[in-house]
Amino acid sequence: MGVQEQYPFDVEAIRDDFPILERLVGGDPTSPGQDEGDDVDLVYLDNAATSHTPDPVVDAISDYYRSYNSNVHRGIHQLSQEASVAYEEAHDVVADFIGANGREEVIFTKNTTEAMNLVAYAWGLAELGPGDNVVLTQMEHHASLVTWQQIGKKTGAEVRFIEVTDDGRLDMADAEAKIDGDTEMVSAVHVSNTLGTVNPIRELAELVHDHDGLIFADAAQSVPNRPVDVEDLGVDFLAFSGHKMCGPTGIGALYGRRELLESMEPYLYGGEMIRKVTFEESTWEDLPWKFEAGTPSIAQGIGLAAAIEYLEDVGMERIEEHENLLAEYAYDRLSDLGGVEIYGPPGDERGGLVAFNVEGVHAHDLSSVLNDYGVAIRAGDHCTQPLHDELGVAASVRASFYLYNTVEEVDALVDAVREARDLFA
Amino acid sequence: MGTGSDMYRQQILDHYKNPRNYGELEDPDFTHVGENPSCGDTIKVDVSLDDDGETIEAVAFTGDGCAISMASASMLSERLRGMTVEELDAFDTDDVTEMLGVDISPMRIKCAVLGRQVAQDGAKIHRGELDPDADRTRTEE
Repeated sequence: MGVQEQYPFDVEAIRDDFPILERLVGGDPTSPGQDEGDDVDLVYLDNAATSHTPDPVVDAISDYYRSYNSNVHRGIHQLSQEASVAYEEAHDVVADFIGANGREEVIFTKNTTEAMNLVAYAWGLAELGPGDNVVLTQMEHHASLVTWQQIGKKTGAEVRFIEVTDDGRLDMADAEAKIDGDTEMVSAVHVSNTLGTVNPIRELAELVHDHDGLIFADAAQSVPNRPVDVEDLGVDFLAFSGHKMCGPTGIGALYGRRELLESMEPYLYGGEMIRKVTFEESTWEDLPWKFEAGTPSIAQGIGLAAAIEYLEDVGMERIEEHENLLAEYAYDRLSDLGGVEIYGPPGDERGGLVAFNVEGVHAHDLSSVLNDYGVAIRAGDHCTQPLHDELGVAASVRASFYLYNTVEEVDALVDAVREARDLFA
Repeated sequence: MGTGSDMYRQQILDHYKNPRNYGELEDPDFTHVGENPSCGDTIKVDVSLDDDGETIEAVAFTGDGCAISMASASMLSERLRGMTVEELDAFDTDDVTEMLGVDISPMRIKCAVLGRQVAQDGAKIHRGELDPDADRTRTEE
């Protein structure tokens, strides 16, 4: 006991907002909805993949559909006005949350991946060519890695990777060597979804700005669980996904510096993003709508704003503190277990996730056994295949925590890992 | 609860820890490699045929992967001996799960059928029905 006393907020009160945490699992997965066999408490530790949605967010989405569902920006009628105002104001909420300079700098996308592709196509195809380079890290998620790799092939730009040290940190000496006068873009993951490493984005930003290049921060694993301010980080672009931060799926956001977004051509063409159209020519709507073609994800955008308000009520510093507490506790307990290899840097300078392998047990076997104990974790390569190649493993399992997780749930994880280890011994 | 997953009954664990026919055949009639990229499972299967060119005389496999894929390949190596190539062709997913004797969750079926798929594709390549370079065996959507 004792660790619970360090909780920075009332975790039980938070859990009351998430009815899904009360459900039992263990039933036949081929017959969802059947209760027969459901007999263990769900221990949900797959938050880096997607988080759960609290009642106030579900209510905000439900309220939109029940009382003012309408398309935005085109109707003069009252419902359309209400929907337009709510959808536009959701951009303001995001802008305030990440320290952007107004809604013009916030584009709603489907997710982080789409935000990355938007910049890679709208900026990258126009600006990159042979002789240029784009610098990534070896710990990039495929969202960034595959996108820039393919844009590199289309444009002839070289794609470089900053190496990872043996203790799972970014090799900043290598960063200084690889970022040079031909570097047009650094695309770096803020918090690694596999190693949990918190990367020095600000230092990378200063490095690349000294060479007149730009920086894109993949903040999918940082915006949900710590204070993130685009001015403090010094980034030109930043992206994150709503469904990893108590919001719905189908919504994410791209931050871009206003003058960059103004200079970029649209990524998708169509309705909602135009000002004047003739059979021959079209002109574009102002920011951010220039980049939001077609009917957007209205309910999801409103849901994202509700999620941000929910998280801000708890406090981002306190959420970060809670995740650190659980991650450190899990790291220590798994280390003590024996036969467990944990990836990424130890200590409190990590995101709230722990990826590991148990000696002699394949990650998918481990995940299957853990599932029998109700423990939901991710098994596989976590969309970082090249990083797993560097680690010398095909796959790993990953436990990731969020504001509603408890010390008891970490204990349940550790107990289940011990059972699995003994089963295969 | 208590003893872990129903998927890991004693027979599966036994075949995983002590795989049968693990290794290579000296002069196989056909040999093939396949993978399950999402798991990182890789299996190579060697098959020798009787003089009739139809009956499977010996099977050996090597590989690296999860307990389900390895145990399934091990059991298959025993099961196939004495069967005809035609019977191998007809060995479907239900036959694999029946052979394993446990319920395989939908997310893990691709692990269970990898060895079977590699053996079947190897036979097809042997008959000239598959291009060994273009048609690498993968049990993944």
